[in-house]
This record gives sequence, C-alpha cells and structure tokens, in this order.
Amino acid sequence: MSVGLISLIVLGLAALGFFLGRQKALSSVKGDARLLHSLPSYYGWSVALFTAVPAMLVMIVWLFVQPTLLETQVASTIPAENIAASGNISLVMADVRRIADGLDLVAARAGLDEAGIDALRADFSDLRGRLAEVGVALGANVDGAILAAAKEYRTYSNSLRLGMSVVVLLAALIGAGFAWMRISPDLRARNLVEQFTMALLIGCSLIAVATTAGIIASLVFETWHFFQLYPAKDFFFSLTWNPQFRGGSDLGLWPLVWGTMYVSFISLVVAVPIGLMAAIYLSEYASPRMRATAKPLLEILAGIPSIVYGLFALVTVGPLLRDWIAGPLGLGNSSSSVMTAGLVMGIMLIPYVSSLSDDIINAVPQAMRDGSFGLGATQSETVKRVVIPAALPGIVGAILLAASRAIGETMIVVMGAGAAAQLSLNPFEAMTTVTVKIVSQLTGDTEFASPETLVAFALGLTLFCITLALNVLALVIVRKYREQYE
Amino acid sequence: MTDASLNPAAPKSLLTADARTRNRRAAEMRFRMIGLSAVLLGLVALVFLMVSILGNGVGAFRQTFVEIPVMLDPAALDKSGNRDVEQMKKVTTVGYGKLIEKALGAELVARNIDTQGLTSKDIMGLMSKEAPADLRNQVLANPDLLGQTITFNGFATSRVDGFFKGRVTMDSALRDSNISPEQLTVAQAMADAGLIEVKFNLSFLTAPDASELRPEAAGLGVAILGSAYMMLIVLALSLPIGVASSIYLEELAPKNKWTDMIEVNIANLAAVPAIVYGILALALFINFAGLPQSAPIVGGLVLTLMTLPTIIIATRAALKAVPPSIRDAALGVGASRMQAIFHHVLPLAMPGILTGTILGLARALGESAPLLLIGMVAFVKDYPAAPPEGLMQPATALPVQVYQWTQRSDPAFVERASGAIIVLLVFLLIMNAVAIILRRRFERRW
Amino acid sequence: MNDMRIVERTVSTDTAKMTARRAQVYYGDNHALKDVDVDILDKTVTAFIGPSGCGKSTFLRCLNRMNDTVASARVMGEIKLDGEDIYDKRVDPVVLRAKIGMVFQKPNPFPKSIYENVAYGPRIHGLARGKAELDAIVETSLKKAALWNEVKDRLDAPGTGLSGGQQQRLCIARAIATSPEVLLMDEPCSALDPIATAQVEELIDELRSQFSVVIVTHSMQQAARVSQRTAFFHLGHLVEYGETGQIFTNPKDPRTESYITGRIG
Repeated sequence: MSVGLISLIVLGLAALGFFLGRQKALSSVKGDARLLHSLPSYYGWSVALFTAVPAMLVMIVWLFVQPTLLETQVASTIPAENIAASGNISLVMADVRRIADGLDLVAARAGLDEAGIDALRADFSDLRGRLAEVGVALGANVDGAILAAAKEYRTYSNSLRLGMSVVVLLAALIGAGFAWMRISPDLRARNLVEQFTMALLIGCSLIAVATTAGIIASLVFETWHFFQLYPAKDFFFSLTWNPQFRGGSDLGLWPLVWGTMYVSFISLVVAVPIGLMAAIYLSEYASPRMRATAKPLLEILAGIPSIVYGLFALVTVGPLLRDWIAGPLGLGNSSSSVMTAGLVMGIMLIPYVSSLSDDIINAVPQAMRDGSFGLGATQSETVKRVVIPAALPGIVGAILLAASRAIGETMIVVMGAGAAAQLSLNPFEAMTTVTVKIVSQLTGDTEFASPETLVAFALGLTLFCITLALNVLALVIVRKYREQYE
Repeated sequence: MTDASLNPAAPKSLLTADARTRNRRAAEMRFRMIGLSAVLLGLVALVFLMVSILGNGVGAFRQTFVEIPVMLDPAALDKSGNRDVEQMKKVTTVGYGKLIEKALGAELVARNIDTQGLTSKDIMGLMSKEAPADLRNQVLANPDLLGQTITFNGFATSRVDGFFKGRVTMDSALRDSNISPEQLTVAQAMADAGLIEVKFNLSFLTAPDASELRPEAAGLGVAILGSAYMMLIVLALSLPIGVASSIYLEELAPKNKWTDMIEVNIANLAAVPAIVYGILALALFINFAGLPQSAPIVGGLVLTLMTLPTIIIATRAALKAVPPSIRDAALGVGASRMQAIFHHVLPLAMPGILTGTILGLARALGESAPLLLIGMVAFVKDYPAAPPEGLMQPATALPVQVYQWTQRSDPAFVERASGAIIVLLVFLLIMNAVAIILRRRFERRW
Repeated sequence: MNDMRIVERTVSTDTAKMTARRAQVYYGDNHALKDVDVDILDKTVTAFIGPSGCGKSTFLRCLNRMNDTVASARVMGEIKLDGEDIYDKRVDPVVLRAKIGMVFQKPNPFPKSIYENVAYGPRIHGLARGKAELDAIVETSLKKAALWNEVKDRLDAPGTGLSGGQQQRLCIARAIATSPEVLLMDEPCSALDPIATAQVEELIDELRSQFSVVIVTHSMQQAARVSQRTAFFHLGHLVEYGETGQIFTNPKDPRTESYITGRIG
C-alpha cells in the first residue's frame, strides 16, 4: 500500500470514528444532547483525533526510520570486494536501489511474478539490456552479488512497507476503539479535544525550534566529519583556496571570506546612502501622494527574486561595467566581478535599508522635530542634527541586518561575482564568496565523503555563525532602541 | 539684555535675508535634492532592471518557424503497412529528417528560390534538430496522417531565429561554424516567400527543457509544473502549521523563558540565509531520510521551512490586530478559550493570514539557492506524473531553470532565461495583486 | 476659586510687539480659528485660556508659523511682528522662529547632552564665534532658566536623564539661548508636578523682564498667577482680551464669566 492510500484510509477511519462517536454519545442520552457534558460533535472529534493523530505520527516516524533500517540490513549482505570495487558503500547502495526499482519495472512490463523475479540471473538474462529498456541505464553489467542485494532490498522493503501498513492501521483502530469505549455522557469531551488541540498547537510551534536544531545539527555534524579529513588549522588559517579532484586540496577560508566581505561592502556602499536618503526624503519631505507612489515602487525591488538580479548582473551590468569602465581603465576584462555583484546587490538592498530606516525614523517622536523647528532649525538641520542622531541605533541595526543579507545572498554572487578565489583589491576582478563555493562544492561531481564536498558544510557553518551574530546584534540594538521611545 | 554676546547678528528686518540665512536655505535645498535624487536613483534602477529583463526576454515568446508542405510517405514511415504504432516506432527521427529534407528542397524549387549552391543538407541546417522529432510525434499520435500531405510547422534553428530577431548578423555568421551567410540569404528569401515566419510560440510555456544544441525547442513546461507542485506542498504544510504555532504563541502560550526562546528563534530563522536551508535539506531530507534528489517533495519541504517564519510573523500580526474585546465577549458568554479563538478570533484574522501566506508563497516561488543544493538543477525532459507520485519524480523549478539556462554557452539561452524571468514575474505580480486585493477588500479597522 | 490670587502688577510697556488682525486658521475644511484680533505687548506675560479645542494652542502655533509643519493647515489674515507681516512670502520661517522661541507641553530635550541641547540653537544660527562664546551663551541661558546650579557639574550628561521639571527648564534654556524676542509656551507645566510647576512659574515671571512671553494654559489659577494680560478663547473665537485682573474679576462677556466660574470648560 502506498503512503497516500494509507493516509486516505486513516482519514476515512477518522471520519467514520467521528460519526460513530457522535452517534454513541447521542444514543447514550437517548438523543437529548442537553444531558451531555459537551456538544455532541466534541465526542465525535475526540474519536477522530484519537484515530488519526497517533496513526499519522507512527507513519511519519516509520518513514524516517525505514531507509536507515533498509540500508543497514542490505549493506551487510554485500561482499567486501564489491564495496572495494566501487570505492564507497554509498555508491554501491545507490546501484542496489536503482536495480531494485528497475526490477519492479521489468516485472511490471514482462508480467513476471515474484518467482519470476527470483529466477532472474545476472549472467544469462541480459539484465542490463532489460533494465535499460525500462529506463534504468547502468554503467556496467550487473554483478551477481549486487543483484542478490537488490533482490534482498526488494523483499525487505516490501515487507517493511507491509509492516508499516499493518502497524499504522492497527494504531488507527486501537486509537479509535479506545476513544469510542470511553464515550459516556459524563466524559468531558470538549476538554479532551481542547487538550489534544493544545498539544497539536504546541507541537507545531516546536517545528521552528526543530528547524534551528536541524540546521545546527547537520552543519556541526558534517563539519566535524570534514575536520576529521582536513585539518581545521589549515581551513581557518590558510590563505589559498584550491580544491583538486584527486585530493591534496588547499581549502583555506580566507579568500572566500575576503570576496564575501568585499562584495558586501560595495553593496552597502551603494545601498546605505541611497536607501537612507530615500527614507529621509520620503518620510520628511515627500508629499503624501509622492510617498504613496514612490514607497511601494521602491518596495517592488525587495519583492523581486534574487535570481532576477543575478540575471541582470550577468547579462546587463557585468558587460556594461566591463566595456565602459574596467576595459577603458585597464582594470580587467571580466564581466563577472566584485563590482558587478556588489552594485546589483546594492540595488537589491536599497528598499531593505529604506523601509527599515523609514520605520525607525518614523518612530522618532514628533516632539523632537517640533523642538528643533521651534528653535528655528531648517528641516535638513533637524534631520541631520536631531532625527538621525536620535534614530542612529536603529539605523545601525538596519544596516547590520542588510549586511547579514548581503553576506548570505547566493544567486547574485553565483551569477555575477565569478568563481576565482583570490585575495585582490581590484574590484573589477572576478572573486568568489562563501556562498558561491557552497553551491559549487555541493553541486560538483566529487564524492560526498571527500573533504572537497564536506568543506561546504564548514563554510555553511561559518556563514550561519556570522549571519546569526549580525542578526542577534541587530535585533538587540533595534529592540533597545524601540524601548527608548515606547 | 546686558550680555553683548547674546545679541543676535540676525537681520533687523524679517523681510530681508542675510548671507547666513541664504546659505542655510541653499544647504536645505541641496539636502532636499540629494534626498530626491536618492529616491529617483532607486526608481531608475527599478526601471533599468525591468527594461533590461523585458528587452532581453520578450523575444522568447516569439519563435521563427519554417512552414512547408510535407508528404508523409507510408513507404518510408510504415514499412509493414498495417499502421501499427509499435511497428512505426522503429522509424527513428533520421527517417523523418530525410523526409523533411526532401520536402524542403522540393518547396524551394517550386518557389523558385535560389539556393546559393548549398547542399540540401545545408538547407536542412536551417531547421532545428528538434523538427524531425516533432513530426515523428505528430505522426505517432495520429497514424491516419500517413499518405497525406500536411503543412508542417517546424522550428528554425536558433541561429536563423536570432537572424530574424537581430541577434545574428551576416558578419557574425562568417565567424560561426553553425551557420553561413549563404544559409542566411536563403532563409531571408524563404521569409520573403512566406515559408519562414516569426510567430507566437506557445511551446515556450508548455514544452520541457531541450538540450544545449536546441535552444529553440526549450520550454518551461516541466519547470512550471515543478514549481506548482512545490507551491502546493508549501501551501498545504506551511499554512496549517504556521497558523497553529501562531495561535499557540500569540493566544495561548504563557509568557516565560521557553516561549521567549521560541520567539527569538523564529525571528532569527527568518533571517537565516536561504543557502543554509539548502544545506539542511541536503543533509536531512536527502542524505538522512533518503528522499530522492531533484524531487518536488524535497523542494517543497525546504521551502515550507523557509516560509514558516514569514507566515508565523504575518499571522501573529493579524491575530494581534483583533481587539481583545472580541475575545472578552466570547469568554463572557461562557465559551472556552479554544472556542473563542476558533469561532471568533481566527475568522476575523483570516484575511490578514491569507495575505501573509500569499506573500510568503510568492517569496518561496522565486527562491532558487536552496533548490540548487537538492539537485533541482538537473536536466529534466520528462514531465512528472500527477501528484502524489509526481512529487517524488525529478522536476525543475522556474528560478532554477533560469539559472540552468544562463550556464549554457549558446546566447539564445539568455533570451530564454529572460523570458522565463518574465513568466516568473508575471506569476509574482498575480500573487501580489491577489494579496493586495484581499487586503483592500477585507481589511477591517477597529 | 477662592485660592485665586490676582497679583497686582504693572504692565511695563504699552508697545505692541505682535499684532494679529482677522487671523483665521483652517485644518482642511475645519475652521479652527475665526477672526482673532490680538495685540501682544512687549515685556509682558500674556496668557491664553479657554476650554480644550478652543483654538488657543492653534493660535499660539500661528505666531511662529509652527503650523507650517502641519500639511493640512492654512493660515489667513494678518499677523505682524514689529510691524512686519510674518506670513509675507519673503519671510523665512526659520529666521522668524529664531526670534520667536517656543516651549512645548511635554518637555522634549534632544537625546544629547545638556550642553548640546542648549548649544543647539546658537550653533544652527551661528550666534557664537568660537567655543568660549558658546560656553558663555550656554551658561547664561542655563542661569536664566534657573538650572545652572543643578547641572553645572554634569553638562555632558544626557538631557533626557533629568527630572521632568528640570527637563522643562532645560527646554526653556534651550529656547532663550537663541535670544528670542518673544517666547511662546504651550501649556509648559501640564506634564509637571506642583513643585516643578512653581519653579517654572517663578522663572516665567523673571523672563518677563527681557522678553514678551505668551503662555497657553489650561489652569486659570496659573493664568492669574503669572500673566498680566489674558485672552479667553472659546470655540475658535477670541471672546475677550484684557488685563488679567479685569478678566478674572470683572469679565465683560457672559461666556468668560461662565468659564471662570466653572460652568463651561
């Protein structure tokens, strides 16, 4: 039975449970609902919830555990020389999985039953050809041991699947029966349902915590793996980034951090003055009509996905800078450069800086402005000498948030900054950033367990820590600032 | 007024401005102008961005087609003669290609077009390599066509397409191994004779991706489908979970360290870089839970996690906007807290929640970085099946398709990537418009 | 009303510092102030009294064109300072406000040091030629505001850290640092406790020797205590204007009498 079908059955049982529960409650008081503790539908709900929720939970847990169980069980049957031949157990297992899936397809096409599949032999039934026919292309002929493992995989996964169906449906039935038995006019069904709902609500709000935990756990775990294979000292202190396919890579963090910082710096140099001045103009000078048009228009920039900016950098800004500035000045001939990415990212951050600053400038009490105007200050003097100093902590917070975004931005730098890891001061040269290398190391062809791939997790952890620190700092500053005027 | 220093150097009369006042007015004017130019600079950037994308991408919706009559010769296409589709599949695209080549040559002769001494193979080079496959699919779908002469509408190659859109010139053709000036001359003659036409190309929206050598045939079908699947998952998961956790945090949770931690946590999650979510998805969903790569289910799950904080923040704001008097009124007639929330507060907050959800979805639709890491950059030519099985099959997504096309060398793909961006932006525009309408229509001021 | 002491004071001059003729104010379509004619005398404390929403604060804000900062406000009629129309096109409100200082209802020191608060006005108007002069201005102003002894050792401390009454005196010091000719005060004591109120009132009386002071107040006792002349506003009209003693003891208009005796307001 497929997961979808099981879910449908469980939901059907829950619906049935609802009606039966409601029915039982009503009949226990001979149809006079006033004698019940709660409204009749709460009795129905209590049964439905007891039917569906435990069963679904069991299914989710099972689905998560099943692959691991399956892998360990099957992996133990594969002979050591097969693993040695492929170099890595995970590669062998990938083959096993594909062959097992292929066998299903072959069986479906040729109308084979289980016995027929068992009878398939690697050596004389041209398995590779038959698998290719159903769309499973293999690099080599199927090895006997692998085929055996694949067959084992099929049977075991089928029995696990069956086991899951049985356990889940059983859980649903037991839950339903338990809840149904408990129904009596005195049962506080509403309280029961509400407690259940409360548990569900709490569970949902814990998902956010679980996400954070998941992020930290996966980053730390794989980074630890990485440091088993590659010395942490070299990662943190080496000034070269030079990954090799055949090992012996230099995986120094600094060229990437330099590129990241350089791009972010340029983007802030673009975004902060423009965003801040735009916010000042819109909140202090602009007529209500201008404000009502210009503000949403600027905010469109914030709603545009970063891939759009990436394309803009790649096809428009990059060539433009190269042909009109970098080329004539002899500063470089690469269309992807720190300047390209920084400039485009700056445009992306303008609305971010301006709307955050706008909020913060508006939070400065009007009394401050009145005080200054009352002394005969012009509007610009009021802004420069009273409003901005008063709003400074908040604005610093906004800039920190913008910086954290710039550092974590991926698509613009992937498409606009280039891939050359170097420590250079020339902004018209291609450089690379932490995020670019996370993408390239994780989408490359190197095997997963190599330091060249795992370094992406160490980079991810670095990125996570930097942005987290900036965000927390910014939040603390902004929160303090708001308290000042509340 | 004994203190001399307190005597202002101000003008005796209000009506005449002294030098200092004039300077201050000028400074005021300058500051104002700087502010105005900052706003204008931002708007100019927006316009420049839009014009650049639109200018590059509009061409993708129009495509150059070669329109010729082709005689579908049963002798070549169905050797057994019994119209059995399985048998007819034995004839590969090469067979269809020859048929088109012949028809093309004959048509040129009939129209009296000078072939500039080109071989018929060179003439065939004007047509996309996708054209024979197209014809083959048409015939296999409808074997009765055999023996008839049909008007076949085939893609021209991207070079010919570029020639009619101005991307390829006679000069560039001289240096191009894929096209020669003579071929372009013939193409121009064919266009003059009405055999080549640039027209609206629906298959850009519906066809799957095509290989590096056939940009003219590449379409967004699989990407749109994949994005739709992911949005479905995001909506189905993040709305209920987001609303549930907001209800708990906003209405029910006690104010203590534990709930405070959850709140700080959500605020921080909203600012975690997208790429980090990609790493999480790779480690958790693919490596640990063993879900398939490139599958919409994984993309949907990771986008759900990313969208949750947005939805929670929007929902909490919507719940907060419902005045406490509503809760008090419900509690006052003896409703339980849950009843007050689910019967009164939640329905009143619903427009705000939906607006926030749509905006969250729009953000998720444009997200690409995490999808790169879970293998959605793969080249996928087959449409995924209908859900639920389709959720586990390989697909791409709109923004990732854009990225993938930019990584290819043929400049024709830049046009297609920009076209795909236009499609993406249209979807975002629609979603935002719906959100704004919802807000306008149902917004309630207490 | 029995604690109302009318202090007999002589009005020192009879020269009009500011004159208003048929002054009107509209907020959008709302006609907030109608046909106000007032002469504000030099070196005199003038009190504006009246119930909430009567237009007294609105009129005060017309006198230094603070209403310019409210987008929907329109002022018509004629208001003159020393015979010059302050709503003339050639008048820069910035220069005007340097001559007509203002103190607000709630103390609003800038989030800067005490010194910087007082030095703000002289700095933007360029009144001091060097640090020594600025120091002198700050000291004189703080002394005039009767705050010098309390803060002279902590001029670098933030102005927001002072008590409410001290903050308001700081705001007064800030306003007189630009040597205004008229000082407008918009309910300056409404956010203060009685002791701080007494200090500020005492200060107002001293300031009279140098400026013309206009004070809007909600409290009739305060008007009686500090002012020499009183104007009573009601529903956007100036109902009665005259010597404080006469207004409180012998009002000509029945509405003034009703207000003073507590029947309206």
